[in-house]
Amino acid sequence: MDQLLWLAEHPDLSAAIGEAKRQTDPLARLAAAARLSGYRRDFTQTARLDRLATDGLRAMVRGEATVSGLRPLRIALLSSHTVDHLVPAIRVAGLQRRLALSVHVAPYGMYRQALLMDDPELADFAPQLIILALDARDAPLQLPLEASQAEVDAAVAERIEELRLLWRRARERHAAQVVQQTIVPADPPIFGSFEALVPAAPYAVIDRLNAAIRSAAREDGVLLMDLAWEAARGSYGDGLAEPLRWHQAKQLVSPNLAPLYGDQLARIAAASLGLSRKCLVLDLDNTLWGGVIGDDGVDGIHLGQGSASGEAFLAFQRYAALLARRGVILAVCSKNDPSVAEAAFEHPEMALKRSDIAAFVANWDDKAGNLRRIASMLDIGLDSLVFVDDNPAERDIVRRELPEVAVPELPEDVADYPARVAAAGYFEAVSFTSDDASRGRNYALNAERKAALSQATDMEGYLRGLEMVLTATPIGAAELARSTQLINKTNQFNLTTRRYGEAEVDRIASDPRSVALAIRLADKFGDNGLISVVLARPDAAIADDELLIDSWLMSCRVLGRQVEEAVLEVLARAASAAGYDALIGEYRPTERNGMVAEHYPRLGFVQHPAPADAASEATFWRYELTSTRTPRHFIEVKA
Amino acid sequence: MTEAEVIKALTPVFHDVFDDDSIVLSPEMTANDIEGWDSQTHVMLTVAAEQRFGIKFRTAELESLRNVGHFAQVIGAKLEGK
Repeated sequence: MDQLLWLAEHPDLSAAIGEAKRQTDPLARLAAAARLSGYRRDFTQTARLDRLATDGLRAMVRGEATVSGLRPLRIALLSSHTVDHLVPAIRVAGLQRRLALSVHVAPYGMYRQALLMDDPELADFAPQLIILALDARDAPLQLPLEASQAEVDAAVAERIEELRLLWRRARERHAAQVVQQTIVPADPPIFGSFEALVPAAPYAVIDRLNAAIRSAAREDGVLLMDLAWEAARGSYGDGLAEPLRWHQAKQLVSPNLAPLYGDQLARIAAASLGLSRKCLVLDLDNTLWGGVIGDDGVDGIHLGQGSASGEAFLAFQRYAALLARRGVILAVCSKNDPSVAEAAFEHPEMALKRSDIAAFVANWDDKAGNLRRIASMLDIGLDSLVFVDDNPAERDIVRRELPEVAVPELPEDVADYPARVAAAGYFEAVSFTSDDASRGRNYALNAERKAALSQATDMEGYLRGLEMVLTATPIGAAELARSTQLINKTNQFNLTTRRYGEAEVDRIASDPRSVALAIRLADKFGDNGLISVVLARPDAAIADDELLIDSWLMSCRVLGRQVEEAVLEVLARAASAAGYDALIGEYRPTERNGMVAEHYPRLGFVQHPAPADAASEATFWRYELTSTRTPRHFIEVKA
Repeated sequence: MTEAEVIKALTPVFHDVFDDDSIVLSPEMTANDIEGWDSQTHVMLTVAAEQRFGIKFRTAELESLRNVGHFAQVIGAKLEGK
């Protein structure tokens, strides 16, 4: 089956792998594997890329080396079927999604024991993600075919309780995020379409079980690898569960489908670290409508009801609009006269409105430069962009100039664009909150704020005029998902760049001696949503009356608005109330967080000796809660 | 295709699966002669051969495979029948 169709084809991938193998430096081989993983590849090429990366990945896992652009993550795979043949493809897909994965596979079929009996190997591995990959043949529910719906539901409920126990163990013992794979039906129908009307028919039981898994996962904060749904949609062609591979090797997923399976797992792993893409950048002519707006005019382009191709373009616009509703930022990058391009949005059948587009760039400059401009307008990285353009030449140039930007290969027909963009999994989510739903609007408002700043004559007047209100709340269940999301995606304004899963954040936040704050900011233009997180906790390496600021990070959307000063005010107040006499701030430099190197001294902290066990490059700073001046800002604080 | 021709066509499949361009196949070769030829790579090898030749092995055929020559004969017979 053809797979990974959104990746570009390499003229000769096998030769390129052979060439890369000859490099002696393991990190150079790893970098080559990471680059080549972005091309369309079958399972043998994928396995070869994995071998190419092995030594470099090992060095990274042992902490002997780092490769810029690759984030380490440990995944444990606990399964009821053979998964060893999938591991190379998982690692290579990880590279393609900017992860340096180490994968631990528990012995085949031993997933319960691994979790319930405290498997020491698993504990040593310290997984951050635990994947429970189960299948329909594993401990089938023992039900007579004539069992009633109530009996089926009781058996399903019992199985769900067992799963929940495993999930709880994974969280409590390993502080790991759990990913549960849904169950792919194994038996062909025995009743035909009548199948689902018989409560205990094999398909009906699995269907019920999957529905119960999904709702339990939602309640317990477990992520899904919804393999049953993917298989039913035909993502794997008709070959996911080939009977021969099961009989031969107890493989649920055929080896030739490993690249797709690996990618579907890796995209969830990447999303859990906040590495999903954020912004869909759209070309205009022949991408959002048929024809050339500059030549054909608003009345001449193909869009909307009345013609099949007009409807196909409309369907793609609708899909983009749906993505915007769930928090994907939309931008336009088009070679066009700006006023002509804007005028197209007055077409009565446009599903996308001009106000849906947070950054609109239409000119005659090259697209690579314009994509850079869009990233800077939106204050996001190039590695957050997905660029959709019908023109293969433009796609090729952008891939070459800006390898960080994801550029999907597109099918010939725009009717197939939505499915292709969806299949690529660029925007995989691990949470959905009301903030996501209003994100596009926030980014558009920020552009207006920037315009307001350029008009304001003095900074103080601008800041006062924003009428900012900051709200700080202790991180509880309501803020956990969003806070974790921000902790994992913030790179620049991040003092320590410590990455935590929900379970770990919860552990810090629920300690009564800690101060864990979720901070929101509103202003006269609207609500910015959650923009900053502070985790402060006592630490054995410092004095009892000192509170260590473990993590302090902020969205760059609200830079330069003295939010830091207001946050310090809230933090100082909370720390005093908890009986502390001083705050200890820590700065751990990374490639990306240079902007906060002077954060603590700027806020009035004084340099402090590093505790004995601190990382060598980290600096420490102290802030007396009793005597220090109060920070100055123009924000109304609600805590 | 003769057995020799199939073996010639199989060679790049072996090179890819074992990631080793130095492998030279001969009919008597078995899993013991090639480093890394275990039950997992065996499945990969059969799937890669299926893709290369556009054929499908039967469960029983996979169980009876003795050596490279026999593997090539089974493939050759399937290609005849196509």
